[in-house]
Amino acid sequence: MLLIHCPWCGPRDEIEFAYGGEAHRVRPADPSALSDAEWADFLFLRANPKGVHRERWVHAHGCRRWFNVERHTVTHEILRVYPPGAAAEPDAAVAEAQPPQASQQGVRS
Amino acid sequence: MSNYSIVSLIRNAFSHHEHWGRAWRDPAPKPAYDVVIIGGGGHGLATAYYLAKEHGITNVAVLEKGWLGGGNTGRNTTILRSNYLWDESAALYEKSLQLYEGLSQDLNYNTMVSQRGVLNLAHNLHDVRESVRRVNALRLNGIDSEWLTREQVKEFCPAINISPDVRYPITGGTLQRRGGTARHDAVAWGFARAASARGVDIIQNCEVTGLRRVGGKVVGVETSRGYIQAGKVGVVAAGHSSVVAGMADLRLPLESHPLQALVSEPIKPVLDCVVMSNAVHVYVSQSDKGELVIGAGIDSYNSYAQRGSFHVIEHQIGPLLELFPIFSRLRLLRHWAGIVDTCPDASPIISKTPVENLFINCGWGTGGFKATPGSGWVFAHTIARNEPHALNAPFSLDRFTSGYLIDEHGAAAVAH
Repeated sequence: MLLIHCPWCGPRDEIEFAYGGEAHRVRPADPSALSDAEWADFLFLRANPKGVHRERWVHAHGCRRWFNVERHTVTHEILRVYPPGAAAEPDAAVAEAQPPQASQQGVRS
Repeated sequence: MSNYSIVSLIRNAFSHHEHWGRAWRDPAPKPAYDVVIIGGGGHGLATAYYLAKEHGITNVAVLEKGWLGGGNTGRNTTILRSNYLWDESAALYEKSLQLYEGLSQDLNYNTMVSQRGVLNLAHNLHDVRESVRRVNALRLNGIDSEWLTREQVKEFCPAINISPDVRYPITGGTLQRRGGTARHDAVAWGFARAASARGVDIIQNCEVTGLRRVGGKVVGVETSRGYIQAGKVGVVAAGHSSVVAGMADLRLPLESHPLQALVSEPIKPVLDCVVMSNAVHVYVSQSDKGELVIGAGIDSYNSYAQRGSFHVIEHQIGPLLELFPIFSRLRLLRHWAGIVDTCPDASPIISKTPVENLFINCGWGTGGFKATPGSGWVFAHTIARNEPHALNAPFSLDRFTSGYLIDEHGAAAVAH
């Protein structure tokens, strides 16, 4: 069971959230220009790392807002929670936008 | 390898069953093989067996990082069935079920295949229509299938609660009488023993750490026990397929998730069939030991941890007790998870890859056990002939580019 730190509501049980898969997938800017292989990549290919995974969650039974989570797929440890639209790599601006304890949420199931 | 028979049983009884020979050889890896199979689960071992049996390719190694059948082969709920809606799936899973029907004799190993019937329940009018459509589609494909009314469901499975006063009352069900269960470990061990007897080297505790390529071709595998040269490499690594394929810079349309299952304490025979419900989402059967074997859906998040969240277990026990209130005082004995490689269309990938001499068999998601012999049979053909068999040609990697998906998400009788 994960304890997920919603950036707006604080630490809540996993059952309040819904999983949204890999984060930072960007819709193609010019869809009609894409080849079949590029469409296949956008629609079907996903990062599936054994290690740190950047993924989206939505607080479905809470504030109903989306956010990004950096989580280890073997330990389930949540390393970082950051708002949607923020850069994948942490920088000063993201760190400020983060809830203060988020990086210490050592959560295991 | 000695043949298992009534004679060998009696002979070994005289020595108190203390001198049975080992079931398969334990060789050190040779420097080179014609074919290296990565992954010593049921599918990998079946592939090696059919390479030797059907194609005469015996210079084969199966590399397993742990012990045989210690992954999803030993973690599933052992259900056999072939009641898939689409023609492509029906043909593939039916081939597998047919191989299962003769498997114990073929392997000279008791795989305990028990065709006790698989019941898929309907709970509302839409389910009824979908189910009857499925029965008709299956029959058109030559697969046995029957529609049971609510009363016939009760007659077939007396322990079930068909009361209309529940949230999801049972309105009927489809029955595949040829479906059932098998002993999952025995399937792995039987394939290992039969493959080993035909000359296949089964190498445990040998983790693949890299794929060596020369000019876009795979030429061998780096392992924890040294480099092994390979003419062809077949990846059958289930939840770790993405990791192994990544060693050849190959991206796959897979996501790895935990799938949890559990067993109750053993009780006297109470359930002599497999019961599945898509709508309330649980499946259950009773093992020969007497334990109820219970499964449901995956945990939502990506994981390689072989464990999942507790609320997923809660959500399979709730439906179970609605179907079978008499199980309410049973205690649970064990629960566990396997890492399943789910595909966007819920169908497997059994295919050549853009990397020459590299073949992949993955994406079985939550439903691979029932396909074990068939999967190995078509994958062996694909590797040996360098082209897919007609049965697995639709399950190629390029279907995600062509758009020819085999969408079993909506079509499967239950979430596999």
